[in-house]
Amino acid sequence: MQPFTTLTGIVAPLDRVNVDTDQIIPKQFIKWLTREGYGRKLFLDWRYLGDGETPNPDFILNAPRYQGASVLVARANFGCGSSREHAPWALLDYGFRAILAPSFADIFYNNCSKNGILPVVLTDNQIDEIFDRVAETEGYELTVDLKSQTVSDNTGLYYSFTIDPFRRECLMNGWDDIGLTLRVEDKITAYEKSHHPAAPLYSPVDAAHTKAGQ
Amino acid sequence: MSARTLYEKVWDAHVVSQEPGKPAVIYIDRHLVHEATSPQAFSGLKVAGRKVRRPDLTFSVMDHSVPTKNRHLPMVDEIGAAQMAALAKNCTEAGILFFDMKSPNQGIVHVIGPELGITQPGLTVVCGDSHTSTHGALGALAFGIGTSEVEHVLATQCLVQFKSKTMLVRVDGKRGPGVTSKDIILAIIGKIGIAGGNGHVIEFGGEAIRALSVEGRMTVCNMSIEGGARAGMVAPDETTVAYMEGRPFVPRGKEFDAAVNYWKTLPTDNGATYDKTVTLNAAEIAPQVTWGTNPGMVGDVTGIIPEPDSFADSVDRQAVTRALEYMALKPGTRITDIPLDRIFIGSCTNSRLEDLRLAARVVAGKHVSKSLKEALVVPGSMQVKAQAEKEGLDKIFLDAGFEWRDAGCSMCLAMNPDVLPEGERSASTSNRNFEGRQGKGSRTHLVSPMMAAAAAIEGHFVDIRKWDVGQTE
Repeated sequence: MQPFTTLTGIVAPLDRVNVDTDQIIPKQFIKWLTREGYGRKLFLDWRYLGDGETPNPDFILNAPRYQGASVLVARANFGCGSSREHAPWALLDYGFRAILAPSFADIFYNNCSKNGILPVVLTDNQIDEIFDRVAETEGYELTVDLKSQTVSDNTGLYYSFTIDPFRRECLMNGWDDIGLTLRVEDKITAYEKSHHPAAPLYSPVDAAHTKAGQ
Repeated sequence: MSARTLYEKVWDAHVVSQEPGKPAVIYIDRHLVHEATSPQAFSGLKVAGRKVRRPDLTFSVMDHSVPTKNRHLPMVDEIGAAQMAALAKNCTEAGILFFDMKSPNQGIVHVIGPELGITQPGLTVVCGDSHTSTHGALGALAFGIGTSEVEHVLATQCLVQFKSKTMLVRVDGKRGPGVTSKDIILAIIGKIGIAGGNGHVIEFGGEAIRALSVEGRMTVCNMSIEGGARAGMVAPDETTVAYMEGRPFVPRGKEFDAAVNYWKTLPTDNGATYDKTVTLNAAEIAPQVTWGTNPGMVGDVTGIIPEPDSFADSVDRQAVTRALEYMALKPGTRITDIPLDRIFIGSCTNSRLEDLRLAARVVAGKHVSKSLKEALVVPGSMQVKAQAEKEGLDKIFLDAGFEWRDAGCSMCLAMNPDVLPEGERSASTSNRNFEGRQGKGSRTHLVSPMMAAAAAIEGHFVDIRKWDVGQTE
């Protein structure tokens, strides 16, 4: 994945709590076979009018001032619901590299960090302050720096955030954690030998299909 | 060793590697795969030149996009068909056991896993689907993962995980007639909120949970994720052992005895502590109906649509206002006065035999209201369907005016042709009432199978406790 070190970009606000992954990317697009191309379907039902193509002028991301945004500021429990990784894929493809919120749903948080998106947890008050500043200043930008674990603007806002050191290291280096896990492959093999000597039973189940699958 | 919870015992038994300050590498015993969240994982594997490490511990089924009727005909949905073909190809190449649309074992992944005995107490179970929490009903540690993690498990049979916090949800007392496992879990979510379980694994305990069948426990664990918890678990007991015995993938004879002996060591030790404890009294739980756009927006069937201003928190007021606008509901409306368009009995939450039996008991000898456009029964698996037909349940539903379909996720998320049209309102036994979940602009009310069945007869919600439906075990 693309490493995340530091990012300065336009901030787009999404002032809704509990934004679920069904809203981020509706189910009809989780039939695709790729990881790319979901950006134009991001927030589909909010972003477009009934035809699914004409931008809805009332949806905040469609406002000209937020075009090109790479930082999303959101409300509590962002990304709840389905485990679909298509949600972070859509956000990434649209251009978001950092999401700031008071809290995230667990699976979504995890999925973001595996795709080079930095989810930043700030306090409710800090998030409120950012929403205020975004509203006040057209073209408002934030710098999100993973090395120093800070979010800052050029008018004095400066917040620290915490992130697990392992996740931080992976994000900063763009590491694929399959590679990391395979470094302990000998331990996996040892575990399998001591705990899982036998394969599960297969024979009585759906023999025709079992055969096809072997 | 100090006293441990069920979760901690299963966790400890699966740690392959743990370095200080880092997440653990944990072993995965069962990896369930379906068509919607796996193609990118298989292609990632190929690009990296990696192989599926344990095809014998990987099981695959088509469920999300499958049509629930006319399976003998070519699929109209070409994109869905292509995804299913990709799954077939990937599984065949890797040697993964695979239940396709025509298999007698096909069904929703979370229904067939327990049904075939693939998932068992004390195992770690993952699937690229948030409702993997269902399998925790057996005392497994089961949770949903993203596609990158699917690829990780395919490649390594392990996951890199942080240990979760623990939460006990204890439901004391006895539930009344007409109150089911679905009402229990909806009441729990109403109490803890949809983010109440974030960061936690929930263990469900107490008299009312013990009294549930394994199928009822699955309904409860299934919706753990709707309370924010990736996993929910119920300690294995005699009910669990009786459920497991004789299922196709469950060991036999001495191996079964050894397994049972192990399962008996899993329940939480006396003196073990949880990070959080929540208690409810089952006797106080009424049949539940959601009225908003997340499962935490829920109340008793005897209640009314709330006023946004009745919520103390401004964020809640805003969310409720928006939800009621989407749902086209006015505060003060009685829940039982809400007119419905369609009924959906199905999904990984409520499509097992017990669910269908309860719903059939409600509709037997009656007829679906003329005001409805459609009433669907979609069994969770082809085996559930076959067993239900042996018991004559299909005839009861068909005589009452329901459609009787083949197994799949169906209208729970409408990836197949079973869509709730824009502006229409459903009583649904599924798990999510998010905006657009059952189709763009659709309006979903989550209820139990008995409540959905009664609503089908009347065309609006009714308090099932007023109907004589006998014991609801």
